Amino acid sequence: MTTHQFKPDLPPPVATVGVYAWLRANLFSSVPNTLLTLVALYLIWLIVPPLLSWAIFQATWLGDSREQCTPSGACWLFIEQRFGQFMYGYYPPELRWRVDLTVLLAVVGAAPLFVARFTHKLRYGIAFLVLYPILAYCLLSGGMLGLEHVPTTQWGGLMLNLILATVGIAGALPLGILLALGRRSKLPAVRVVCVTFIEFWRGVPLITVLFMASVMLPLFLPEGMSFDKMLRALIGIILFESAYVAEVVRGGMQAIPKGQYEAAAAMALGYWRSMFLVVLPQALKLVIPGLVNTFIALFKDTSLVYIVGLFELLNSVKQASADPKWLGMATEGYVFAALVFWIFCFGMSRYSMHLERKLDTGHKR
Amino acid sequence: MSDIKQPGADGIIRMEAVNKWYGQFHVLKDINLNVRQGERIVLCGPSGSGKSTTIRCINRLEEHQKGSIVVDGTELTNDLKQIENVRREVGMVFQHFNLFPHLTILQNCTLAPMWVRKMPKKEAEEIAMHYLQRVRIPEQAHKYPGQLSGGQQQRVAIARALCMKPKIMLFDEPTSALDPEMVKEVLDTMVGLANDGMTMLCVTHEMGFARTVADRVIFMDKGEIVEQAKPDDFFDRPQNERTQLFLGQILH
Repeated sequence: MTTHQFKPDLPPPVATVGVYAWLRANLFSSVPNTLLTLVALYLIWLIVPPLLSWAIFQATWLGDSREQCTPSGACWLFIEQRFGQFMYGYYPPELRWRVDLTVLLAVVGAAPLFVARFTHKLRYGIAFLVLYPILAYCLLSGGMLGLEHVPTTQWGGLMLNLILATVGIAGALPLGILLALGRRSKLPAVRVVCVTFIEFWRGVPLITVLFMASVMLPLFLPEGMSFDKMLRALIGIILFESAYVAEVVRGGMQAIPKGQYEAAAAMALGYWRSMFLVVLPQALKLVIPGLVNTFIALFKDTSLVYIVGLFELLNSVKQASADPKWLGMATEGYVFAALVFWIFCFGMSRYSMHLERKLDTGHKR
Repeated sequence: MSDIKQPGADGIIRMEAVNKWYGQFHVLKDINLNVRQGERIVLCGPSGSGKSTTIRCINRLEEHQKGSIVVDGTELTNDLKQIENVRREVGMVFQHFNLFPHLTILQNCTLAPMWVRKMPKKEAEEIAMHYLQRVRIPEQAHKYPGQLSGGQQQRVAIARALCMKPKIMLFDEPTSALDPEMVKEVLDTMVGLANDGMTMLCVTHEMGFARTVADRVIFMDKGEIVEQAKPDDFFDRPQNERTQLFLGQILH
C-alpha cells in the first residue's frame, strides 16, 4: 500500500478575500467611486458624532429636575418624569395596573397561537377574538365588577394609539374583505354600493373624517344624544381604512387564476365556501406586504386624533412640553415619540416578512 | 349518419338543441347529445370547435342560451340550488389541474367531501387515501401541489374529483399541458377508471386512448357535431369530409 501526502492548500489570493479586498471592490473600485466614498465618510463624520454626543454622551440620564440637565446634551429626565403620561395619558395613576393587565392578557392569551404544537388554533383563536375585546373593555373602562369607571376622555398616550390601531385593524380587515368581495360581485346593486363606499372614503383625507366625526356629527344628531368622542374617531378610522384594505384585497383576488374559481365551482363549493376556503386564503397571503403597509400607515395615522382633542402619544408629548417646568424640552419629547413609533412599525414589518416565509407553500414555480 | 343507437329518455345527460353565443360569435349550434349511464365518450375536433365549451355546459361552468340540458334528472337553469345539485354528481378534471396550491394533497381531496357532503374528517381522509392509492400516489398525501410533477398533479386532480363519488366525470384536455413522458401515467389512470364503468366525457387529442376505451367518438367543428361513431368506424371509415381532413392531419 502506498502512502501519499497531499500538498497543503495554497492561501487564497490577497486581492479577492478579506477586508482589504472588500473595500477595494466596493468602495474604491474607481475614481468616482472613491470620491463618493470620501464624501459619504465626510457627511457621516459631520452628522453622527454630534448626534451621539447629544443623545448619549453629553445627555443627562439620572436626576429629578431640569436643573440637573447639562445644556449641551439631551435631557432624558423629561421623558423619565413624564413617562407615565406618555404611556397612559390622563388615566388615573393608581388605576394604571388595569392597562398593564390588559396588555399582559393580550400577550398571554395570544401566545398559544404562536406555538407550533398547539392544535386547536382556529377554535382557540375565534374564542380569543370574541372574549378578549369584552374583557379588555371591562378592564379599561371599568364601571362594573367593582372597577372604578374611567371615561375614554382620560385614556391617552401610547395606550390610546395602540387601542385605536388594534381595534381599527380588527374592524377594517373584515369590513375591507367584504367590500372587496362586494366590488367583484356579479350583483349590480351590491357592486354599486361597494364601489361608492370605497371611492367615497378613499376620496377624503382622514383628518377631514376625524374632524367631521367630532365636530359635525353632533350637529346632525338629535339634542342630548351624543356618543363617545373616542368611539366616533374609531369608527371614522375603521370606515376610512376599510376602503384601503378592500382595494389591497381586491388586487390579491385578481391575481388568483380563473382556474381556481372554476375548480371550486365544479366541486359544488358555492360562492361563500369558494371564497373563504379557496380564493381568500390565497389572495390574502399574496397581499401580506400590501396589508401590512396599510396597517403601518394606520398605526401612524392614529396620531391624527390629536386634532379632535384626544391625548394620544404625540399630543401627550406636546402637552408635557408646554408645562412651564419643562419648557424647551420638545425635541427630546418628539425624538422619543418617533422612536416609539419606529419600534412598533419596524416590528410589524419584520413580522410580516416572517409570516410570508412561513405561509409560502412553494407553489410559485 | 351512423349506426349508433342514440339513447332516449334514459340518458344520464340529455342535451337538446343547445345553443350558445359569446357576444356575436355562435360557439355551439344546436348540440344534441344523449349519454347513457356508463358510456365513455371522447370528443375531438380542431381548436375552437366548441368541444370544451360543450362539456363545460354540462356542469354549468358555461351558460347556454337556448335549448335544454338535463343531467341526472336535473335541468340546468339559473337556479343555483339545481346547479349545485348537478355539480355534486359531476366531477371535472382540467387541462391545468387547478389544484389548490395552499392546501396539501390530502386537504385538496377532503375539502369538498367535508364541506359539501358534510362528511366527518376521518371518513373523508380514509376515502381520499383510498383514491390516492388508486392513482398510485398515497405517499405524496402531505406534500403541496407545487412539490409534485405535472403528471402527479393531474392524477391528484382525478383523485380529488373521485372523492366526491361522482356519477359522471368530465375531462377537459387532461393531458395537453403535460410533458410527453407523463401523458401515459395519466391515461393509464383514466383507462382504469373507464374499466370500472364510470360515465366519462373526455375532450382529448389522444386518439390511442379514444380507440381503446371510447364507446363513441364525437367529432365537432365550428360549434357543430359533425360526426359520431364507434371508434372502429370513426377511425377506419370516417364519413364526413371534415372528419377525414382532421384525422388526416393528426394521424400521419
